[in-house]
Amino acid sequence: MSDEKKITVRKQKVKKNHIKGKLIFFTVLAVLLLLTAIFAKFICPYDPYAQDLVMAQKPPSPAHPFGTDRYGRDMLSRVLIGSTTSIFATLILVAIVTVIGTGIGIVCAWNHGKVDTVLMRISDLFLAFPGLVFALAVAGVLGGGVHNAIIALAVISWPKFARLARGLTLAQKNSPYMMAARMSGSSTPKLLVKHILPNIAGPILVTSVLDIGTMMMELAGLSFLGLGVKPPMAEWGSMINEGRSMIQVSTWMVLAPGAAIFITVMVFNLLGDTLRDYMDPKQRNK
Amino acid sequence: MGKYIARRLLQLIPILIGITFLSFAMMRLAGGDAVTYMYENAGVNVSQEIIDQAKAEYGLDKPFLVQYATWFAGMITGDMGSSYVSHRDVYETFVSKLPATILLTITSIVLTVLIAVPLGILSAVRQNKWMDYLIRFLSFIGNSMPNFFAALVLIYFLSIRMNLLPVISNDNVAQSLVLPTLTLAISMASKYTRQVRATVLEELEKDYVTGARARGVRGRVILWKSVMKSSMLTIITLLALSIGSLLGGTTIVETIFMWDGVGKMAVDAITMRDYPIIQAYVAWMAVIYVLVNLVADIIYHYLDPRVRLGGDGA
Repeated sequence: MSDEKKITVRKQKVKKNHIKGKLIFFTVLAVLLLLTAIFAKFICPYDPYAQDLVMAQKPPSPAHPFGTDRYGRDMLSRVLIGSTTSIFATLILVAIVTVIGTGIGIVCAWNHGKVDTVLMRISDLFLAFPGLVFALAVAGVLGGGVHNAIIALAVISWPKFARLARGLTLAQKNSPYMMAARMSGSSTPKLLVKHILPNIAGPILVTSVLDIGTMMMELAGLSFLGLGVKPPMAEWGSMINEGRSMIQVSTWMVLAPGAAIFITVMVFNLLGDTLRDYMDPKQRNK
Repeated sequence: MGKYIARRLLQLIPILIGITFLSFAMMRLAGGDAVTYMYENAGVNVSQEIIDQAKAEYGLDKPFLVQYATWFAGMITGDMGSSYVSHRDVYETFVSKLPATILLTITSIVLTVLIAVPLGILSAVRQNKWMDYLIRFLSFIGNSMPNFFAALVLIYFLSIRMNLLPVISNDNVAQSLVLPTLTLAISMASKYTRQVRATVLEELEKDYVTGARARGVRGRVILWKSVMKSSMLTIITLLALSIGSLLGGTTIVETIFMWDGVGKMAVDAITMRDYPIIQAYVAWMAVIYVLVNLVADIIYHYLDPRVRLGGDGA
């Protein structure tokens, strides 16, 4: 091996470590957001639901860094407590969609027959629709509330993961190692869980992390339209909706929850991008 | 060609049946029918007889499948019934809302292309230079911002601070169009700038580009004559999908700006349980989906003759 080649190898190593550093950094940021969501109750400076009409619609001040809303509730506390609803609802939604979609996708690829055709046609139907409108219809039918908003978005979002998992499983299904495992007598469940799942988990994980941002925005969108989380419960989307009519006089009522969504979505998007680069170096910088 | 188009249009039938049946079933299964809802909203307490009578009038007392069959037969003959709420003809209502949505679709797509294509190409050509980083940074910001928040930020700066534009749409169409168009274009352009960049980069790495460079073809010629032509394929697919969903109405943007299009109509119909309107909307979506995909496939064929039009369009 020539000297030149050794140098190239080292360069790549350095680059990989750089990505690893980035990955750790964004993971830490995401974990910080999660911790905020978990412990929001304890770090709120004020009771997020306590009304104080004397203090209504006060601009940001040292006592209320994000100002107060029209009932005099502290915006900082509301944004913090809202993170619990927004972040956990999103994570639960992404988890549900990933598990159900992946499950359906694997089953479709494995049984490659009538079941596959029917399920894929159904997923076609769902993909035909602009997601949010259909979610609106589902949420409108089920009525408001976080649970129903999650169900509504789950109903429209599974096909993406089903498609992905199906494609990945089909690629693995007839590979030599699968044949070897089958010939050595592994049962179907064991084949699926021990061999297929670990081999398709990577891209699915990346997709679901990248989807956290989108899902969070859609969930907030439903709440914004009044079909998700119902007031007085604090959630970023419905808080923006509350502040919307007062944007002229108290901008902070829109700005605070808006910035919260923006930052959270950005952190998860960056985490997803970095994770993808880390897992698949070919995609880097694309 | 004619045969191909005819066959693709035939596919519309199962999709149309499937999708309208699905929404029909969903609405009925959920309970809470339009009549009860209507009286509840009006705030009056009426006796069960009046409710039953109103239900019979709308045919809501018949079995589910009969209701669906009646509706479907009506739709085929061009009679989609009338709205439960406004009592106006559904077809007329629909046609009156459509121009607003189509106008918004056209302006926002044109603006998106005007922003995303040049920026995406610039970003790819200047890969890993400061220009590329700047463009990527901006598109990242656009991607992480929910469109309703972007809309409110735009309203704040352009309407309230600078007093340039009306907050909600008014009679002056040109003025009212600016904010919704900008809002839609910001989020779409952020997405497409990234896609255009990725596509162009991928194309630039191909052997034929290296070959052309080696032969001394100027960079600009390679870019515009070859790379752009091949990149157009991906870009057109994406645009087709976007046009499809835009024609379905952009619920949130239409609601914020009081833009009287089909998206807002759908939301209003959903909240009021106005079944005939919802059904018409759903049918419209199915038609758009099939047509947009068909047009995209045909454009494909012209841009890249290797893409054959024989298959089932999968």
